[in-house]
Amino acid sequence: MMFAAATAALCVAMLLALVRALLGPTLFDRVLAVNSFGTKTVLMIAMLGFLTDRPDFTDIALLYALINFVGTLAVLKFFRYGSFARPGGRAQQGEGE
Amino acid sequence: MEVLLDILSGILLAAGSFFILVGAIGLIRLPDVFARMHGAGVTDTLGAALFIGGLMLQSGLSLITVKLLLILVLFFFASPTSSYALANAALSQGLKPWSRDEKAKDEKEGAS
Amino acid sequence: MRHVIALGVTLYVTWLLLSGVYQTLWFVLGVISCAICVGIALRMEVIDRETYPVHLSMILPRYWLWLFKEIVLANFDVTKRILAPSLPVNPQLFRVKATQRDDLGKVIYANSITLTPGTVTVDIDGDEFLVHALSDSTKDDLETGEMDRRVTALEGSS
Repeated sequence: MMFAAATAALCVAMLLALVRALLGPTLFDRVLAVNSFGTKTVLMIAMLGFLTDRPDFTDIALLYALINFVGTLAVLKFFRYGSFARPGGRAQQGEGE
Repeated sequence: MEVLLDILSGILLAAGSFFILVGAIGLIRLPDVFARMHGAGVTDTLGAALFIGGLMLQSGLSLITVKLLLILVLFFFASPTSSYALANAALSQGLKPWSRDEKAKDEKEGAS
Repeated sequence: MRHVIALGVTLYVTWLLLSGVYQTLWFVLGVISCAICVGIALRMEVIDRETYPVHLSMILPRYWLWLFKEIVLANFDVTKRILAPSLPVNPQLFRVKATQRDDLGKVIYANSITLTPGTVTVDIDGDEFLVHALSDSTKDDLETGEMDRRVTALEGSS
């Protein structure tokens, strides 16, 4: 019962994040919304494990948290430098541009 | 004892859900990216901590608890890093933070 | 050497906790994979006091407790502001001085600032941070410099 209520609250929060991802005037609003959506997804997966009585789902949640983090950084890097391979950081910034 | 733990974890889950919802509302209501980051921060820190705390009480003392704790630690390390990356990228792309004074000034100029 | 051993032990403990299977074969497999990881890290020359701050492990938990208290308080403040119908926020950028000596201390301080809702570190320029604050009160909280002092103390006691 309380798992179901918490899942419902998570669903509403995910919906709001999706609305921001669709509306978001700038690219960064969208990235932020997707990152936040990912955080809620991690919690949702961990929750689903308890809801369906299969707590092994926490492994998947852990993995998703890692992928969400790396994914956000990758997207930001991609839109900043136009490729995944160019070096980041302040020192190299001036060279390519 | 079992019932007490259930009630306690229910309270934690409810509080966690509340803060997650607040973060999502902040994501919608606040005026620009930089301000919205603070809203997302509420979800990432206290919301996630309370929520996972509630789940940990449910699972009792087992490996699942440890894994949930690892997720939480990961959140607390990863969330500021990605926030910083996002804020820095937004600023270096020339995005100006929304501010109350400038908005008032703009409106005055628009009116005159 | 201390850092190499600490890294290996941490990796192995993590392996044991995540695998959940306790048989001889799995123990051996864990040792092999951890050894490979430590070997790669040694080849990359990334094991030093910065990537693996062993010297902080004893005093860090106390700082975390204090930081968690701050996070909870800041959360309540931000929550009130978000839920208030008039949206009483005044977003602004300001600079704050960091007194930490090395990069590790600065990273801890910057991440602590970002972790407390209401303030986000946007840029680091030498020993000055560019911080975005949601409102005047969160800005004032940061400018009292208590967090800065605590992080510097963390660094000094090692």
